[in-house]
Amino acid sequence: MTTTTVEPLRPPVRWEALYFALRNTKLLVGMGIILILLGIGVIGPFFIDKPPSEYVGMQMQPPSGEFWLGTNTFGQDLWAQFVHGLRTTFLVGALGGGIAAVIGMAIGFLAGYKGGWIDEILTMFTNVVLVLPTLAVLFILNAYIGVRGAGMQALFIGLTQWPWAARSIRAQTFSLRSRDFVDLARLSGVGSGRIIMREIAPNMSSYLLLTFILLFGGSILIASSLDFIGLGPTDAVSLGLMLQQAHQWSAMHLGLWWWFIPPGAGITLIVGALYVANVGLDEVFNPKLREL
Amino acid sequence: MRRYFGRKLLVYGLTFFMAVTVNWLVPRLMPGDPVASMLARARVAQPEAQEALRVYYNNLFGFDQPWWQQYLNSWGALFRGDFGISLWAFPTPVADLLTRAVPYSLALLIPSILISWVIGNRLGALAARRKVLDNTVLPVSYVLTATPYLWLAALMAWGFGIVWGIFPVAGGYSFSMTPSFTWPFFVDLLWHWVLPFASLFLVALGGWAIGMRNVIIYELESDYANYLSALGAPQKLIRRYAFRNAVLPQITGLALQLGVLVAGALVTEIVFSYPGLGSLILAAIQNKDFFLLQGAFLFIVLGVLIANFIIDVIYVIVDPRTRVGMAGASA
Amino acid sequence: MTLEVDDLRVYYRTLKGDVQALDGVSFGVKDGEILGLAGESGCGKTTLGKALIRLDGRMKHVGGSVTLDDQVLPIGDDVKMNPYRFKQVSLIPQYSMSAMNPTRKIGRMVRELLDSRKVKLDLDELHNRLDLVELPREVLGKYPIELSGGMKQRMVMVISTLLNPSLLIADEITSALDVSTQKAVVTTLKGFRDRGFVKSMLFITHDISLTNQLADTIMVMYAGKLAEKAPAGVVVNAPKHPYTQLLISSLPEVGVRYADKRLTGIPGNPPSLLNPVPGCRFRDRCPLAFDKCAEEPPPVEVEKDHVVACWKAA
Ligand SMILES: Nc1ncnc2c1ncn2[C@@H]1O[C@H](COP(=O)(O)OP(=O)(O)OP(=O)(O)O)[C@@H](O)[C@H]1O
Ligand code: SF4
Ligand SMILES: [Mg+2]
Repeated sequence: MTTTTVEPLRPPVRWEALYFALRNTKLLVGMGIILILLGIGVIGPFFIDKPPSEYVGMQMQPPSGEFWLGTNTFGQDLWAQFVHGLRTTFLVGALGGGIAAVIGMAIGFLAGYKGGWIDEILTMFTNVVLVLPTLAVLFILNAYIGVRGAGMQALFIGLTQWPWAARSIRAQTFSLRSRDFVDLARLSGVGSGRIIMREIAPNMSSYLLLTFILLFGGSILIASSLDFIGLGPTDAVSLGLMLQQAHQWSAMHLGLWWWFIPPGAGITLIVGALYVANVGLDEVFNPKLREL
Repeated sequence: MRRYFGRKLLVYGLTFFMAVTVNWLVPRLMPGDPVASMLARARVAQPEAQEALRVYYNNLFGFDQPWWQQYLNSWGALFRGDFGISLWAFPTPVADLLTRAVPYSLALLIPSILISWVIGNRLGALAARRKVLDNTVLPVSYVLTATPYLWLAALMAWGFGIVWGIFPVAGGYSFSMTPSFTWPFFVDLLWHWVLPFASLFLVALGGWAIGMRNVIIYELESDYANYLSALGAPQKLIRRYAFRNAVLPQITGLALQLGVLVAGALVTEIVFSYPGLGSLILAAIQNKDFFLLQGAFLFIVLGVLIANFIIDVIYVIVDPRTRVGMAGASA
Repeated sequence: MTLEVDDLRVYYRTLKGDVQALDGVSFGVKDGEILGLAGESGCGKTTLGKALIRLDGRMKHVGGSVTLDDQVLPIGDDVKMNPYRFKQVSLIPQYSMSAMNPTRKIGRMVRELLDSRKVKLDLDELHNRLDLVELPREVLGKYPIELSGGMKQRMVMVISTLLNPSLLIADEITSALDVSTQKAVVTTLKGFRDRGFVKSMLFITHDISLTNQLADTIMVMYAGKLAEKAPAGVVVNAPKHPYTQLLISSLPEVGVRYADKRLTGIPGNPPSLLNPVPGCRFRDRCPLAFDKCAEEPPPVEVEKDHVVACWKAA
């Protein structure tokens, strides 16, 4: 009898991905914008000696060499607020998105891998949280419990944002569960947790990354709504809080466009860049999308 | 069919149950006497109302009863439509405030959701696999979905309302008017409606266009599309089929997006001081009127659940597979 | 001759260069002939089948020609190819289970497809053919999901042959089926040919013994090239190419029941088609290889209708 040795002809996926990554304009542009804004948010505050709430000078000044984004009705430096706000906004987005991703993964993996009644219960729970209008829940939570810090806000956002991620991760896990390499691991007595961490998660790592990016962007948008409605952190400046103050103090009516345009543009840029980078990454990982 | 709706209704029932329970529980988790502390924090319009409110709410909460009795009482009140009395707009019942605001919110939400969904789907379908259109529609759509609702609303209010002065920027109708069923009032109403509607519509539009584009690309690569191409069917027919099939996940997407759309409408109303639920919620938060806030919460949850159910029914009507599969007739 | 393929070359564009999946293949199919196409996985069978009806986005027509009923097919031009599809060349896809639009009733889909090709639906004929494959006429009022797997496959076979094409391509349509269903499909296809629904057929499969039941002629490919082509009985009983010989001998008993054995029983792997070395592509695995094999062996007609591309056989 003859035996054939079938070599695992795995293409070098990682290098191929990198090759496409470096040629994908969407990814490069998206990441570029994010990195620049992140850089401003991280490094910027070190170049600004006064706290963002300090009254630094003339009120309602349009942008100038001294105050790059002008000042508001109280004479606060809007550039200082913007720079600090960027930092908070990134923080809330990353934290909120991260928490949601972790919960989504935990529930998605467990439901998809275990199946049976565990799946039934978790899926039911996911669907319940999914139909709850997130922002309305956050109103209640934030209003009663009160939010002081950005971390707290991120936590609440993370706790309400995970369901769609859990749902899609569950579906992916479900389809991976019956693959050969998972069967093999299971037959050789490897525990569920290890199989999930070692076999399943790495096989959908690109998908998990994409999910996190979307959650990141979503958290930023939700945070801005919360800030705007008066349920933002009380100990920090964020882009959403800048918008809230601009609205509260009639910046639009007073024609202080430099007060409400930059923070909104900042949010739009961050979230838009995240989404575009996400599409780019998707094309890098998914050869089918590359054609045309 | 029965199983499908049974499951859905179970989820909705559980959701509502959870919402009511949270609503009941959260005030009781606050330290101290919740009624006293809420009254103390709230900015009650008339100071002399304080005592009346205290009695009323102590009764409503019924702290002298066991907790399960309190819990049942709260369900009882709910079924009677009793959401308590607003602290901020004392002595108006919360239910009255909410039912007055709801038509405004619906007038913004329903048209903006439906029209953005229809047009967004058309746009996305047009753009898919067509280089030039794709390269214009897609980036614009991404910018739109990334825009916070409140910011686009603020930009439009500023641009069209203040700089160019075309549209009013605040209120549901002019202050000088009294609501009535007359043409001038209706026109005035419409005039105030345009900007909030347009900004909601635009942000939502982007999301639908992107969603449709992605789904339809997937459909155009599916087996039935390949088979039709191999049989020489024109692109027109294939795209028609693909569009029709891509609409189905978009209907599901509509259900999933409801929460986000409602949230968008709430903040948009706030920007335009539009007299819907959003403005009520802002007033409730600013005045620490928790009863109003809780009532609004339940209204929104209930509305979203009803909308979800309507979408479920529509889905079954539109997708023959669910009907056939649910009839259990497959060979 | 219904079909004449001359020195056809179709490559796949990839990052690393062109995969020469079909590299100079010539053959003909006569009126009424069923040609079985066999060979190991990756030898270019699907590529050949697609080349005759519809290239996918990554394939490019590099050279050679395809002539069907004395017309040269514009295989490299997707749009110009459209008038020929369905009417002259048709296909039963491998994915019959999902080939029909899931949200259209089958009858309506067929009508819309025909309308789009400006052909009038002959309902009586459609009914006849449904009767022939033993599908109740009511299937036309059903959605694909309401049909069983076997019913879907038969329905697709009826649709694909509805316009009496000159050439029908069937790529691996039996792989997913159990043995008795495979038999039924083969019988149906034969019936289609005998009744003149299709003039000639290209039947692609891994499974030589199944091919033997259906095909008049068998063509064996290796690494993008023709290895041997001869009447079915000759290929099975008296193959001349060393590769065909190994293939046949690795089967348990040709033509008998358990036809499930796949063509894998030969040691070694086919060469990469990215930059294939010149000479006979089977050289590395060939037990008879000798010096001359460094040159490419041309296909030679050693007997009537028996073509072999091997220095030893000539
Ligand atoms: N999209 C593609 N891109 C690059 N190379 C491809 C592509 N599709 C097929 N190939 C290569 O072309 C060669 C022929 O493939 P083809 O699909 O025609 O083989 P096959 O004989 O049909 O195999 P099987 O019996 O497994 O269906 C193979 O070497 C394969 O690796
Ligand atoms: S040409 Fe040479 S290597 Fe090729 S099959 Fe014949 S004998 Fe073997
Ligand atoms: Mg193949």
